[in-house]
Amino acid sequence: MKKKFKLENLDCAHCAQKMEDAINKLPDVEECSISFVASKMTIIADEEKMDAVVEAAIKEIAKVEPDCTVVL
Amino acid sequence: MNRKLTTKQKKELREIIIAFVLLVLLFANEHLNLVPVLNDIIWLRLVTYLVPYFLAGRDVVRRCFLGIKNGQIFDEKFLMTIATIGAFATEEFCEAVAVMLFYQVGEFFQGYAVGKSRESIQSLLEIAPEYANVQREDGSIEVVDPDDVEIGDILVIKPGEKIPVDGTVIEGFGLINTSALTGESMPREVKTGDSIISGCVNGENLLKVKADKEYDDSTVAQILELVESAASKKSQTEAFITRFARYYTPIVVIGAAMLAFIPPFFVGNFTEWMLRACTFLVISCPCALVISVPLAFFGGIGAASKVGVLVKGSNYLEMMAHLDTIVSDKTGTLTEGVFSVSAIHPAEGFNEDYLLRMAAHAESTSTHPIAVSVVKAYDGTIDPADVKDVENVAGKGLKVAVAGKVVLAGNVRLMNDAGIVLEDKDIIASGTCIYIAIDGKFAGSIEVADSPKEEAVRAIAEIKREKVSNVVMLTGDSKETAAKVAAELGITDFRAELLPQDKVAVLEEILSSVSNKEKERVAFIGDGINDAPVLSRADVGIAMGSLGSDAAIEASDIVIMDDNLERIPAVIRIARKTIAISKTNIAFALTVKIACLILGALGIANMWVAVFADVGVAFICILNAMRMLKSNS
Repeated sequence: MKKKFKLENLDCAHCAQKMEDAINKLPDVEECSISFVASKMTIIADEEKMDAVVEAAIKEIAKVEPDCTVVL
Repeated sequence: MNRKLTTKQKKELREIIIAFVLLVLLFANEHLNLVPVLNDIIWLRLVTYLVPYFLAGRDVVRRCFLGIKNGQIFDEKFLMTIATIGAFATEEFCEAVAVMLFYQVGEFFQGYAVGKSRESIQSLLEIAPEYANVQREDGSIEVVDPDDVEIGDILVIKPGEKIPVDGTVIEGFGLINTSALTGESMPREVKTGDSIISGCVNGENLLKVKADKEYDDSTVAQILELVESAASKKSQTEAFITRFARYYTPIVVIGAAMLAFIPPFFVGNFTEWMLRACTFLVISCPCALVISVPLAFFGGIGAASKVGVLVKGSNYLEMMAHLDTIVSDKTGTLTEGVFSVSAIHPAEGFNEDYLLRMAAHAESTSTHPIAVSVVKAYDGTIDPADVKDVENVAGKGLKVAVAGKVVLAGNVRLMNDAGIVLEDKDIIASGTCIYIAIDGKFAGSIEVADSPKEEAVRAIAEIKREKVSNVVMLTGDSKETAAKVAAELGITDFRAELLPQDKVAVLEEILSSVSNKEKERVAFIGDGINDAPVLSRADVGIAMGSLGSDAAIEASDIVIMDDNLERIPAVIRIARKTIAISKTNIAFALTVKIACLILGALGIANMWVAVFADVGVAFICILNAMRMLKSNS
């Protein structure tokens, strides 16, 4: 299952790269891509695990850029 | 700066200005000694400088500590904080504040530029409908989200509104503007029964439309999905940056650590070397490249979509810049799909004029496009009195009495049924051909061919001007017909008499003949209906005229929304510009950074230079990449 999220206050491009790498390392994440230019995150994960994955992803994002928020 | 700033940006700008004014006042005081007490007591001096420092840079300091807490050290904020604290520690108060201020000014401009590019990209994608007017059974109209439209719903589309989902017109007629999707400025005429595509804008009249697809399956949603995910297929240039950063970052960090700890052992002065190491790290930030290269590609994809071309990934855009050979299908792509006589092959004992005259008389009874083309090729007049006893043999041809002679005009089966045996040399294996028999005797054949599209001739000339070395035409027609069409199109290389399944093999052969696979790419242009295998085998598969055709969009890498071949040279130009901008940015950023790194290690470049090398270079690179968003080719 594929889900898309808008990111707010994503201000730094290599932070986006760092977030993407960190989220891709999470268990249960099949694929994650963050587009800095479009300010969008796409996550592919198992439908049942999606909620947990998104929650973990939000934590990873906050670690890299504390001001960046995910619009749910 | 003509655009409005966001509230956040306004606040930042205000703080930067106030901090700057304070800094100037303090600097003046230090040199003119207007208020001696502020200069004489050191902690008072420190406190006065800390005011503009925190005003401009408190966010940087805060983020630095948050970063440490989250285990993210060595980011820019960390480096800036360490560097300025270092400056404070060595009593360079003024420099500490100034560097922080300069950094924030740079960040501000960078943020502004990024915001602006995002805006331009959004405007490129402004095809998404915001709502749909659904007419309920009782006649009332409900405004709903396009996502909530169900198949079969009746939609009322007012003048100027966007068509929310793909559907069929059930009431009304008018002109719709497809330019957002196709780049075509001429509006398209629609009437009851026509299907219309989401994302187009309704003209002057009210239309009632029955929804044929849900929003997610509609053209507009698919296009948005494609363009937005295009950035995830990275080009080689982008992959290079990622690869580069993988080696670059650790090398720089190790270099900085060595700079900080090794020289002080021999020459002492630990603070000085610590500062140099920080300067070194600030310079090294790869942000300029990480932002500007993907931005240029995104801009390029956006610019292409503005002229009605969907590019499915940055990698395909990059390949378009390195095209060596374009292979194109003929029928429907290079030609109109409208026939005209291309060759007449009279059998022994018949001449060309006689054959054509008899054939034209026979075919004058039919409205089939091929028949029409034969009649058109005949110069003389057709006397309807000469034409009698018309018999239409379905799927085979015609049997007509012309001036007292029985004329058969049709395919091989018609001949065989009449007991007329064709020799191998008489059979034109490929292309479209009508066989003629007169009074039970084979009289010859007439070959018909498509005429080239007007814009195809222009497009091919332009493609050649863009220095694409080969254009190859593939066709099932006979060699003679193919040569004629190719000459009209200005194509020198063609492969004729191909069966549909031969095309992949021909493409393979062309692909293997290319000497440098990285720099000489091969594209295939087709209509996407029956050449999906060829489209996917080519480096770049380009589908034409496929607005609304899911299969074509699926199989190809680049989709030309209308069927205008002239979009291809336009995309080549966009692609080349994108690559040029990316390369300039890479060269510029690396040169400045390496130069500054060396100067920084030697202690010649101070923190000011470092901030310029980081934020300044990023800003310049972003401005350069933004040229891609502005170009309207």
